[in-house]
Amino acid sequence: MTEASQQEVIYRHSGAVRVTHWVNVIALLVLLMSGLQIFNAHPALYLGAKSNFDDPVMAMRPMKHGEEIVGVTTIAGWNIDTTNLFGLAYMPDGDYEVRGFPWSVTLPGHRDLATGRRWHFFFAWLFVINGTAYLIYSLVSGHLRKDLAPSGSELKHIGASIWEHIKLKFPQGDEAKRYNVLQKLAYLIVALVLLPLMLATGLAMSPGMDAGYPFLLEIFGGRQSARTIHFIAASGIVLFVVVHLVMVLITGVWNNLRSMITGRYVIKLPEGQA
Amino acid sequence: MSAKPKIDRRGFLTRGLAIAGATLAGGCDSELSEQPWVKRILDKAEALTYASQRALVSPTALAREYSEAEISKDFKANGSTEVDDDGYRALAANGFADWRLKVGGLVGQPLELSLAELRAMPARTQITRHDCVEGWSCIGKWTGVQLKALLDKAAIKPNARYIVFYCADDLGETGDDDGKYYESVGLEDAFHPQTILAYDMNGAPLPIPHGAPLRLRVERQLGYKMAKYVMRIEAMDGLAGIRGGRGGFWEDRGYEWYAGI
Repeated sequence: MTEASQQEVIYRHSGAVRVTHWVNVIALLVLLMSGLQIFNAHPALYLGAKSNFDDPVMAMRPMKHGEEIVGVTTIAGWNIDTTNLFGLAYMPDGDYEVRGFPWSVTLPGHRDLATGRRWHFFFAWLFVINGTAYLIYSLVSGHLRKDLAPSGSELKHIGASIWEHIKLKFPQGDEAKRYNVLQKLAYLIVALVLLPLMLATGLAMSPGMDAGYPFLLEIFGGRQSARTIHFIAASGIVLFVVVHLVMVLITGVWNNLRSMITGRYVIKLPEGQA
Repeated sequence: MSAKPKIDRRGFLTRGLAIAGATLAGGCDSELSEQPWVKRILDKAEALTYASQRALVSPTALAREYSEAEISKDFKANGSTEVDDDGYRALAANGFADWRLKVGGLVGQPLELSLAELRAMPARTQITRHDCVEGWSCIGKWTGVQLKALLDKAAIKPNARYIVFYCADDLGETGDDDGKYYESVGLEDAFHPQTILAYDMNGAPLPIPHGAPLRLRVERQLGYKMAKYVMRIEAMDGLAGIRGGRGGFWEDRGYEWYAGI
């Protein structure tokens, strides 16, 4: 049998989905890196309206350990030595620098809060405009209802889908023409929960918006809680992207990439179905 | 034959990814942030944010006020925490009895007011949250005179657009006026009921680390707008001619003039 008879090419992603996907990739990458620059200006997180400097829920800072100065990451009361990674880094000449995240993952790549904020807010606007366009398209075109909303029967069989994912067995043939239930839930959580949460917690950190819309403070339990949730939701998105990239790699990197660039996705058909 | 286009497509994708990767890696490079065209494009967001917040937030909307119980025990003093100047030290030693606030610029009636005269004017007390651009927040109680009352008293002229605050502290450590702190606000914030010149903090005279004898409170913006050690106020029709021309010490060093976000 020739290769062509065992596969079928389908048109998987519409132009709107492909364009908004890649704009989102660029916006989120810049937002993450400039966000870490902003975080580094005060690498500690708190709960409530104000900062209780003695009681952060998370902090990256230098601490004395005997004669030595080490970098420590505190999470919910636990101190973890993260020298050279978070909190403090030694330089080749033996001197050290106090900082949160390494400058290699921030934008700009050295301490510059003013420029980090400018990158962040410019790409926040791009993210909002792009995300709004995506959501309107998804509602109007039926993408949300047809491609992303899981059916009752899919939700009932979620256990089986999880088991198949653990065994790294992925849908073939007709089953592969649509997203599986775990994919649907992951995309829905990111598009409808995590990304809107990033925007809402971001706005709750704005003293101008807080004056006009005090409920922004109420729903998150205060400005410092909103900042903490902003960090946690961003971590959730990073986790999603890592899993997403791993899935792209193991389910066929070229096929997946092509489908998100040209729209065309190749389905391998089982024997006899061609 | 059928395999050939596939290889081409693969080659195309590889090249495309390489270009995208190089662009992203370039984005990590600090040099990109230094490019004038990049700065110009990024600056556009500030005008959009300012216009949006002006459209979405009423000019009279008040910043949240808190209860006495929520006041920070350890309110962080940032920026200058003292003024390294003999003239200022002499004023402080005398409890600022000889200090005078000058109000000038585009006003019909220039003023020189002592601390006692400011205290004799109607006062406003507010417990508000102070949000630093670095990310932290503290809550404090501020008492002072509304900026609007001072501007009315000085008969501010209709062509005034900005109120500029000149401070005593040389945060830039240049030894001359170039390094001295200054700030500016637009008229909407200048006339906002919570915009006050505070002489008391948490029920006691404003401590030196927090800007004695007088600091600005602009409650709907970030901490760096709230100039400490205020010596002189001027009503102006533009900011271009003042020092770096961007309306404030930090603004001249790259920060946004509109700090409502």
